[in-house]
Amino acid sequence: MKPLSRSGPGARAATALAAAAVAAVALAGCGSSGSSSTSTSTSASAGSAASSASAAAAAFPVTVTAANGAVTIKSRPARIVSLDPTSTEDLYAIGAGPQVVAVDQDSNYPAGVPKTALSGLTPNIEAIAKYNPSLVVASQNSGGLVSGMTKLGIPVLIEPAVATLDAAYAQIEQVGAATGHAAQAATVVTGMKQQIAADVAKAGTAHKGAPYYWELSASPYYSAASSTFIGQVVGLFGLKNIADAVSKPADGGYPELSQEYIVTAKPQIIFLADNEAADGAQSPAVVAKRPGWSGIPAVQDNEIIGLNDDIASRWGPRLPQLVAEIAAAVEQLH
Amino acid sequence: MRKRGALGIAAIFLIAAMLVSALVGAADLNPLDTVAALADKIPFVHLPSGLSPLDRAVLFQIRLPRVVLCALVGGLLAMSGAGYQGVFRNPLVDSGLLGASAGAGLGATLAIVYFGAVGQGAIPPAAFLGSLGGVAVAYLTGAAASRRTGFGDGVATLLLAGIAVGFFFTAVQTLVLQRSAEQDVQTVYNWLLGSLSGATWQQVVWILPYAAVSIAMVLLHGRHLDVLAVGDEEARALGMRPATVRLIVVAACALATASAVAFSGLIGFVGIVVPHIARRLGGPGYRSVLPLSLLGGAGFLVLADTLARTVLAPAELPIGVVTAVIGAPAFVWILRSTQGART
Repeated sequence: MKPLSRSGPGARAATALAAAAVAAVALAGCGSSGSSSTSTSTSASAGSAASSASAAAAAFPVTVTAANGAVTIKSRPARIVSLDPTSTEDLYAIGAGPQVVAVDQDSNYPAGVPKTALSGLTPNIEAIAKYNPSLVVASQNSGGLVSGMTKLGIPVLIEPAVATLDAAYAQIEQVGAATGHAAQAATVVTGMKQQIAADVAKAGTAHKGAPYYWELSASPYYSAASSTFIGQVVGLFGLKNIADAVSKPADGGYPELSQEYIVTAKPQIIFLADNEAADGAQSPAVVAKRPGWSGIPAVQDNEIIGLNDDIASRWGPRLPQLVAEIAAAVEQLH
Repeated sequence: MRKRGALGIAAIFLIAAMLVSALVGAADLNPLDTVAALADKIPFVHLPSGLSPLDRAVLFQIRLPRVVLCALVGGLLAMSGAGYQGVFRNPLVDSGLLGASAGAGLGATLAIVYFGAVGQGAIPPAAFLGSLGGVAVAYLTGAAASRRTGFGDGVATLLLAGIAVGFFFTAVQTLVLQRSAEQDVQTVYNWLLGSLSGATWQQVVWILPYAAVSIAMVLLHGRHLDVLAVGDEEARALGMRPATVRLIVVAACALATASAVAFSGLIGFVGIVVPHIARRLGGPGYRSVLPLSLLGGAGFLVLADTLARTVLAPAELPIGVVTAVIGAPAFVWILRSTQGART
């Protein structure tokens, strides 16, 4: 029995934070106003905030190339509407939070975001316009969002789900450039990279090739192959994804697996991205009780990891927390 | 004699389908060892099997409950399709009629969107109640409208009420879905496509009493449906009460459909294609169409699920897609040769 101790990830997070703090100090020496990546630190002095604001003002107008093409933002956007949880997290992590006036119904982090009934899936142009935004950030251009907002003269950034870690970093930097927080975005990205690298290094390569199963939903059992963004994140640890042998181009890296296959593939770790109440409530205890699953090594060794579903399904600044959870699981392997 | 022969064929078909289904799967168990492990379960038979404990778990805890649940669901759907066709004297009627599918869909959607907190356990009871509720609303509306207008014998009014209720429930479901989160939409969509990938013995045990009651009630009314086929007036002349028979059979079929869709999701075509094949095999009488549909539907869905889990193995296809892919061409074939398919 190797119960997954809560102190594990906690200790990891502490080291990671320490690393981020070191990074912040180092960058501060270069004249940047750093805020650590995941903590909601607001310790930046008034002076540095003012100087960064003036520097940001000088950066406008700015043109960035988002998924919907080149978007020019004439001046520092004072009123931002975010229609996507990841974009919301990005905005707050880089210090653009005070400019955000409304977020969509699915945005729930950080605490206290101005949540509204707006929908990013089925956006209502008039409802968005009511907030008089100077910039709209969304993950998909559905319901004529871009053309509708463009008619109103409001720039829209489409920041879709990414395929690689580098694309996730680039997205944070782009949101930074578009909102006047380029320097803070760079700091956030550097902190994320360092945290992730430290966790991957600490986990080591002793467990290279250990098979794992990433569960997106139960009955039917959908998984994510290595070609997906999340597969690449786990791939940092050199584990073997049992969905790879199954995935076909048509499924976009998200194959439906049969239970028989999952059980006989004998995964050593099971990651549950459908762990929380709102997402299927497949907790480690529920998985361990599934008929026929008791012989799986991951079940026998208590290596079923109930992830924070939000973090596991987004590509924002909390990625290092996900990597830390994976690292803790990998280190528990024997 | 024709009836008995056809029943024998259907029974053999079902047993063969279940055996094939038990022998194939993503786990690639050795067929000989699998047969030995299965035969070992028969009383007084002891056979050594080379299956590992993990393989045995796959066979007995994952594959077999799925085969059995498939047989139950397929049999119930096909039988209730046949029952509805008899009640409504209409060969184009399906088990999902009268708001049964739409009600189940709405129930499952509400469970997923608003009661996600209790997990997926809420879906089967919600779909079950939704399906029964859909039929109840359709039946009561149709019966009331029929009484008020005195239009026809009530059959057409009931069908129309079912279609209206179906549209309404589907619209409410779309509205709820449109207001919900992305993840819920995916879960609902998966459910609507139908899947038996999570079958357990517990689900089989849960479904059995409902299956037993509904099968007994429907099969006992085969003769009544045959009389009903000649018309309400004639049935009344023979001392039968058509409205009562209709209510009993509709209730039993609704129970059968509801308990089937509760665990399987929406699976189309079984309830319409299988009864027509049963008619060609055993003649138009409901005393043979009903049991033939029960056995044939069970075998049909077991085979469809076997395809669903082997065509793309180790990935899976939604079973609703398989039944539609087989069912749609089969349906066209039936339409092409209508002279044989009297109803």
